[in-house]
Amino acid sequence: MSELKPHISSYGSHLFVLACLITLTGITVAITSVQLGAFNTTAAMMIASTKAAIVLIYFMHLKFDDKIFRFMVTLVLAIYAIVIVITFFDYLYR
Amino acid sequence: MEQNTTTHTAHENYDPISSKLGMWLFIFTELLLFGALFIVYSVYRYRNPVAFHLAHHELSITIGFINTVILLISSATVAMSITAMQKGDKKATLIFLAITLLLATIFLINKYFEWGAKIHHGIYPGSEFLLSLSHGDILFFGLYFFMTGLHAIHIIVGMVLLTIVFFRVRNGRINPDRYSFLENGGLYWHLVDLIWIFLFPLFYLIH
Repeated sequence: MSELKPHISSYGSHLFVLACLITLTGITVAITSVQLGAFNTTAAMMIASTKAAIVLIYFMHLKFDDKIFRFMVTLVLAIYAIVIVITFFDYLYR
Repeated sequence: MEQNTTTHTAHENYDPISSKLGMWLFIFTELLLFGALFIVYSVYRYRNPVAFHLAHHELSITIGFINTVILLISSATVAMSITAMQKGDKKATLIFLAITLLLATIFLINKYFEWGAKIHHGIYPGSEFLLSLSHGDILFFGLYFFMTGLHAIHIIVGMVLLTIVFFRVRNGRINPDRYSFLENGGLYWHLVDLIWIFLFPLFYLIH
């Protein structure tokens, strides 16, 4: 856990990440204005997840922090995913 | 940097990694709180697809989009305030924090008008008009008001937190040698952004 020199993200990299996030938001709005049936929701959720991942990795600094943080976040998200799957099995096959 | 033998000076009780661990544990409870609500939302939407689809037309995609962009920018400015702090630039840190607080205020003002318009049209939890609609509509607007309302409360808490951060940076209690409070405040703000990233497509962009 030697944090002698913490990683400093540059202003430019933050602005680049922001530009990516806004672009992805624009793409979601554009996609949902086209009729694609069930694919619309899937696409919107996939883009939202990508945006969330970008926020977690860059803004919330997971990429540069101690590995323990990455491990914990992954674990929590995995548990949450399992809960979603179980809930939907319940509702689909009840 | 300090050596292990002589740590008992200025940073006696300062342990940024442990602080951050605590902050993340708190964030997990928040994620699971909203996570549970998202599951409730999905199940009800799965059972009332038509009503949810029709009800979402009441929401303005434009306002939702603007608020999304506002929150994304405010997230970036918080991240940049940490960069400024690490570079030892106190003035820039304060400016970025002030911009974040300003953007948060604009978000809430938009929210006020958005909710205001709904309430003006007679759509609010328990209203006569809403109760005359179908079960699916009631569920959609109930979840809409509850989830965006809970999110708005988080925005307000985040603003209080960042205001405290702002004043602590100004009086030097948060400084380049000791800025864990700023980092953790930033993490909270990113969490608020993270939740909105999912609220926006789920409520405004149903197809």
